[in-house]
Amino acid sequence: MQKTLAERWKLALKMYVSFFQIGLFTFGGGYAMLPMLEKECVDKHAWTTRDELLDIFALAQCTPGIIAVNTATFLGKKQAGLPGAVMATLGVISPSLVIISLIAALLKNFADLEPVQHALAGVRAAVTALIFASVWKMAKGALKDPVSIALAVIAFLLVALFGVSPVAIVLGAALAGYLFFAVLKEHGKEGDA
Amino acid sequence: MKTLLLLCLNFFKTGLFAVGGGLATLPFITDMSNAHPDWFTKADIANMVAVSESTPGPIGINMATYVGYHMFGVPGAILTTLSLTLPSFIIILILAGIMEKYSENRIVKAVFAGLRPAAVGLIAAAGFSVLLIALFPGYSGSTVFDMSGITALFSWKALVFFAVVMAATQLPKLKDLHPVAYIAIAAVVGILFKF
Repeated sequence: MQKTLAERWKLALKMYVSFFQIGLFTFGGGYAMLPMLEKECVDKHAWTTRDELLDIFALAQCTPGIIAVNTATFLGKKQAGLPGAVMATLGVISPSLVIISLIAALLKNFADLEPVQHALAGVRAAVTALIFASVWKMAKGALKDPVSIALAVIAFLLVALFGVSPVAIVLGAALAGYLFFAVLKEHGKEGDA
Repeated sequence: MKTLLLLCLNFFKTGLFAVGGGLATLPFITDMSNAHPDWFTKADIANMVAVSESTPGPIGINMATYVGYHMFGVPGAILTTLSLTLPSFIIILILAGIMEKYSENRIVKAVFAGLRPAAVGLIAAAGFSVLLIALFPGYSGSTVFDMSGITALFSWKALVFFAVVMAATQLPKLKDLHPVAYIAIAAVVGILFKF
């Protein structure tokens, strides 16, 4: 399945266009891009799966840098090597470069404009619903056993109610995964034999 | 020239140490302003945050672009943004290589079996905090127990619209609609009904 360099660049250009769209329609950063990512990278182009998106988000959570950029780099590298990583990353940052430069030059009071504030409030309510719809689809795929369900609920409660750092959650979940799915299962098998 | 180099170096450092996204870059930018008061002021920062949050694109990238443009025009915007991006670009390239190599490893598989459900919980929690901000405009706390915004007005319009979009995403014909369509409609609805 090795792609030639020409094929990689062709795919990389396609990724630039997709990630440009994702950057252009992500309001609020971070997880707000999830519904766009899911549509473009899972449903439309099959560059990744919902499960792998969760893996990338967990990794991006505890590596430095912007989550959107980390995701673009990771998927670009996986699909089309270095050209893919470069083009997907440039794609996700290009809209910001253009829009912010224009606003900084022409419309310094952009954020205070009344229509902008109303539009953003509307977008915020809709994006929240889209995020929950995405989470629901991902949960159906990723939460199939009691341990997984418990991990998801505990992670949600710790962050939503007690403001625990996501980095701590990711490290704890990695350890729990190792204990439950590697160590305990091994013991289970020995017990059965 | 020297200032531009120093500015890029500062954003490279931010990209290397700001973990978690969103407003994680903000403390670094405040530090920059403290160390170099002639670069930009606290009022500039407040304006940057407002613009970054109300325009599309990752907030950290928007802030870097704004500072770069503010100080050196378009070349500055491009260079600061690339400086911020470069550290995580390199780190993720290395990580992606390692993951491809060990994806079939038993321990790696177990670790990710634990990470995936936690990521579901984290994203749901993030969605929940955005929901609080959408329903209580003016709410500024970070958890449910943080009641700093409890006196903020409850927005019935936002709640109804949230419920409508939520229902639409479950309907057979509408559920495959591109998120772009929802976002465009939401912006129009927000302006028309004065959210």
